[in-house]
Amino acid sequence: MSKNTVSDRFRKVDVDEYDENKFVDEEEGGENQLGPDEGNLMGALQAVLKNPPINTKNQNVKDRAEGLVLKVLSSFKSTDIEKGVQSLDKNGVDLLMKYIYKGFERPSENSSAVLLQWHEKALSAGGVGSIVRVLTARKTV
Amino acid sequence: MSLHQFLLEPITCHAWNRDRTQIAISPNNHEVHIYKKSGNQWVKAHELKEHNGHITGIDWAPESNRIVTCGTDRNAYVWTLKGDVWKPTLVILRINRAARCVTWSPKENKFAVGSGSRLISVCYFEQENDWWVCKHIKKPIRSTILCLDWHPNNVLLAAGSCDFKCRIFSAYIKEVEEKPAPTAWGSKMPFGEVMFESTGTSGWVHGVCFSDSGNRVAWASHDSTVAVAEGGKTAVCTSLSSETLPLLCVTFITENSLVAAGHDCYPVLFVYDSNNAALSFGGKLDVPKQSAQKGMTARERFQNLDKKASVDSKEAVLESVHKNSISQISILNGGKAKCAKFCTTGMDGGMAIWDVKTLESAMKDLKIV
Repeated sequence: MSKNTVSDRFRKVDVDEYDENKFVDEEEGGENQLGPDEGNLMGALQAVLKNPPINTKNQNVKDRAEGLVLKVLSSFKSTDIEKGVQSLDKNGVDLLMKYIYKGFERPSENSSAVLLQWHEKALSAGGVGSIVRVLTARKTV
Repeated sequence: MSLHQFLLEPITCHAWNRDRTQIAISPNNHEVHIYKKSGNQWVKAHELKEHNGHITGIDWAPESNRIVTCGTDRNAYVWTLKGDVWKPTLVILRINRAARCVTWSPKENKFAVGSGSRLISVCYFEQENDWWVCKHIKKPIRSTILCLDWHPNNVLLAAGSCDFKCRIFSAYIKEVEEKPAPTAWGSKMPFGEVMFESTGTSGWVHGVCFSDSGNRVAWASHDSTVAVAEGGKTAVCTSLSSETLPLLCVTFITENSLVAAGHDCYPVLFVYDSNNAALSFGGKLDVPKQSAQKGMTARERFQNLDKKASVDSKEAVLESVHKNSISQISILNGGKAKCAKFCTTGMDGGMAIWDVKTLESAMKDLKIV
């Protein structure tokens, strides 16, 4: 029996990672690629909150979805924010809260102010419970 | 409804005796204090000192008048009253983490202890050896068991755990009882069998309760939801996301109504409609004192706007009866079918007794179905 005295670290290399033809999963979530139409902000809000990338482990998908949501939220006028929140159901408000807190994590120039306005309206709709659900959720957006 | 302030320390757990004249509480330390009611006052009658760690659960068996306590020292003691003194008997639970909750079974021949060792110890008394023996339910529990409740048939046990699930196990011990009749949750009930496992809610399950018939189980979890499951060929689960802080304890007061309380410091009513399988919020069960409305000067308005970015001044004082989270709720009389009075204890060291009839008349829209 010949014992392999040379290092066997090659056995731990994942060869498939280095294959050029490697299959990459279809990306899900995020329908409007071109940014929201000025006229149909409500529709854009509903669409961007559909199919959230909760189950995927792909960080790129999540980042793109978050960017889109942020774009839609910033394009709302301050007076329309309340109507936007009213048009969502309970799960929608919880999901919106998740995106708001995700957006707080990486503040850009004007994002925090806009997000704070959305936060105030979402809080009055969802109550403290919706924030607790953001904190205890196992699958993040 | 009356509030009695026992001490300033939180009351970690409490238990009542059969005629509700004595209450055993643990003031967040290694001891159990038993208070007797004399007139309008509560007088300390006994101090039970045996545990080496904080007491996490107390239960008082009404018929046999025995108290079981469990603590963070990984032990449980069964106390029997001999003359005027409570004598402890150690029960070896074979756990290597703290015990978290304990309940007597309805027939009082067994009790179950939930612990941080990710298992439930079901203990029964073995006559030949004059000793309490325990059996473990381990699978498929993956984290600490926070709360337990027995089904009225003395065999099924509902357990809420930190692995985000509420499960119903069979705790059938053939040495002390006969085979149970089939129930809504299933007919084959060997020891340790999982009859039901919840899906859908996430968050630690803080409180669990069977209804009086045993056909429904309700649980409160840390993601601010309350859920009810009804047994049947396929168990039907309904949950309600509430707008309040998480609830810590829940109990049925009729077959269709639940009262729950938690970090918001006031009890809340929920109503379950089995025809539509829907759970709805019934109302806040607290009668706040009407605080005098002070008019606000312009200076105060400006100060509020500066400090809090809003004009109204919510008082920083809680208006509810309890001043801190409510950790346990227990039924005083009427049972789970037609509860007339229930009692809550909390982290503010207070114990409040609530009368269902006065609450019903005080809240105009309240309907206890």
